[in-house]
Amino acid sequence: MEAFTRLDAAAAPLPLANIDTDQIIPKQFLKTVERAGLAKGLFYDFRFDEQGVEKPDFVLNQPAYKNAGVLITGDNFGCGSSREHAPWALMDFGIKAVVATSFADIFYNNCFQNGLLPVVLKAEQVAQLMDEARGGNHVVSIDLEAQTVTSPSGAVFSFEIDPQRKQKMLQGLDAIGETLQAAGSIDTYEMKRALSQPWLEGA
Amino acid sequence: MRPMPGKTLYDKIWDAHVVDTQDGEAILYIDLHLIHEVTTPQAFAGLRANRRAVRRPDRTLAVADHNVPTEGQALGVDAVADEEARLQLQTLGRNVEDYGIEYFPMGDIRNGIVHVVGPEQGRTQPGMTIVCGDSHTSTHGAFGALAHGIGTSEVEHVLATQTLRQKKAKNFRVRIEGEAAPGVGAKDFALAVIGEIGTAGGTGYVIEYAGSAVRALSMEGRMTLCNLTIEGGARAGLVAPDDTTFEYLKGRPATPKGGGWEMALSYWKTLFTDDDAVFDREIVIDAAAIAPTVTWGTSPEDVVAVTGKVPSPDSFTTPDKRASAVRALEYMGLEAGQPITDAKIDVVFIGSCTNSRIEDLRIAAKIAEGRQVAPGVRAMVVPGSGLVSAQAEEEGLDEIFRAAGFEWREPGCSMCLGMNPDRLTPGQRCASTSNRNFEGRQGRGGRTHLMSPAMAAAAAIAGHIVDVRDYL
Repeated sequence: MEAFTRLDAAAAPLPLANIDTDQIIPKQFLKTVERAGLAKGLFYDFRFDEQGVEKPDFVLNQPAYKNAGVLITGDNFGCGSSREHAPWALMDFGIKAVVATSFADIFYNNCFQNGLLPVVLKAEQVAQLMDEARGGNHVVSIDLEAQTVTSPSGAVFSFEIDPQRKQKMLQGLDAIGETLQAAGSIDTYEMKRALSQPWLEGA
Repeated sequence: MRPMPGKTLYDKIWDAHVVDTQDGEAILYIDLHLIHEVTTPQAFAGLRANRRAVRRPDRTLAVADHNVPTEGQALGVDAVADEEARLQLQTLGRNVEDYGIEYFPMGDIRNGIVHVVGPEQGRTQPGMTIVCGDSHTSTHGAFGALAHGIGTSEVEHVLATQTLRQKKAKNFRVRIEGEAAPGVGAKDFALAVIGEIGTAGGTGYVIEYAGSAVRALSMEGRMTLCNLTIEGGARAGLVAPDDTTFEYLKGRPATPKGGGWEMALSYWKTLFTDDDAVFDREIVIDAAAIAPTVTWGTSPEDVVAVTGKVPSPDSFTTPDKRASAVRALEYMGLEAGQPITDAKIDVVFIGSCTNSRIEDLRIAAKIAEGRQVAPGVRAMVVPGSGLVSAQAEEEGLDEIFRAAGFEWREPGCSMCLGMNPDRLTPGQRCASTSNRNFEGRQGRGGRTHLMSPAMAAAAAIAGHIVDVRDYL
């Protein structure tokens, strides 16, 4: 996993609540056996019309936001399906952080598995970022170490993040390797369980 | 010294599965890992790249459900027309073979939707931790199991370690008390709960459903209720196991037999919330006040009683909710203030992990019996598994549906998410027993109204959304 430390990038405003993972990456792109190459499906029905032609009014199709690295959006981003294709598609497109008032649980977890930083800010802070991102300068800075988002005008907003998740994100650590350090505990647990709940052994 | 406060059911299951703690995160043992073709190929690729084994293939079960066509399944995977879907199904076949995982492939009578198959086989048992790369894994909570969806990286983690790294969620109890009116069931309860708490209302919680109306539900009903928990944002839903649960489980292929059954039963009977346990949040809903409920918009929280009207965007409090409501009305082709029963239906879909079990099909068949699908409506029934299908055929339900003008199809996820050929075309309006009314969920431009199997069957007959109580 790629480490996330600091990001200076254009921020694209997407002022809608409850954007679900079906919107982030529709079903037809889930039939892949790869992680890479999903940018083409990102926000597909927002970005393209039925003939596959770009809709010029959608934010990520506008020249100023084509290279956006940050998405600013509303409540409960990433609700719905557990598809990890959603963070994969965002990352593949170049989005490295999403700022919202809240996130859905599974999507939030999936972000941390992939080095995509989900940032929760207060409603008025998100609204200010949204407004500023619509102006001439829309570059925001996110500093994970300091836990701050700096708006284009220089307003600084602090955000909360779980300290362990932060450390792993900063270092780009693999969760499986870490858990396997506790392999001894897993062995012990399984042995005890085989005695106390033998009906679970041998399906 | 103050006595320890009592534990909730969630606390008990959680405590019984903590293997270790690292950096404030629990390593939680996983008893059952269900897998399917869509969210696993990248996980197996990761295992191979890191030369890691599957720790407990015996605690893992694979099915083919999301991509499978709902006809011609006996021809096998090679007959799947969609090249990418075929490759994904073939990849799963290869992965389960390489790693020694039990698999019910397409065409096997035991195959079907993962959340129908687990319980039906008795793989799902009280007190277990169950995960699957699918958000509707919450379904299995109906048995008093802690069950939730995970992403593909976590699938790889569970395959490699049989554990999941987790932070504990908070406890939320939803009590549904009293007696529901005829024609009102678990689906209406679930939609009413989501309407009450909102689609993010459960975020950060595990919900335990309790109360006399929940106790009165069959296992099928409890599965419907727990299935939709994720649409309220909660990690998992739970119902404490009771005699209804044990009765359902007894004699299923993977449930313990003989002395093992007695031993398991005595453990399962300890799985309830203590009287003095404290919940972080609690709501009480009056079952008698719930009418048959449908959705009008593009989020499962957009619910309205069938006797109600499409709401106005002005009735929403925040600007982004108002913007979403305006967008939803436009997408759905509805106008504020319109009675919801004005909505004319093009397609009816009875199926999905929410409502494709035998009881769902019996209820729908009862409404359909002796009646005819309205002209111009395409109505389809997709049983949840090969075994559900066989049971329904034994009871003659397929004949009732066919005689009424419904299509009787083969099992799978089908039009719930339209990964297979069963899809809506732009502008088509669907009465659906599934779980998500998101834009484009059932096909680009498709308009989904979520409702119970009884309501969907009644809509098929009437040709528009209708109060099923007029058809009882």
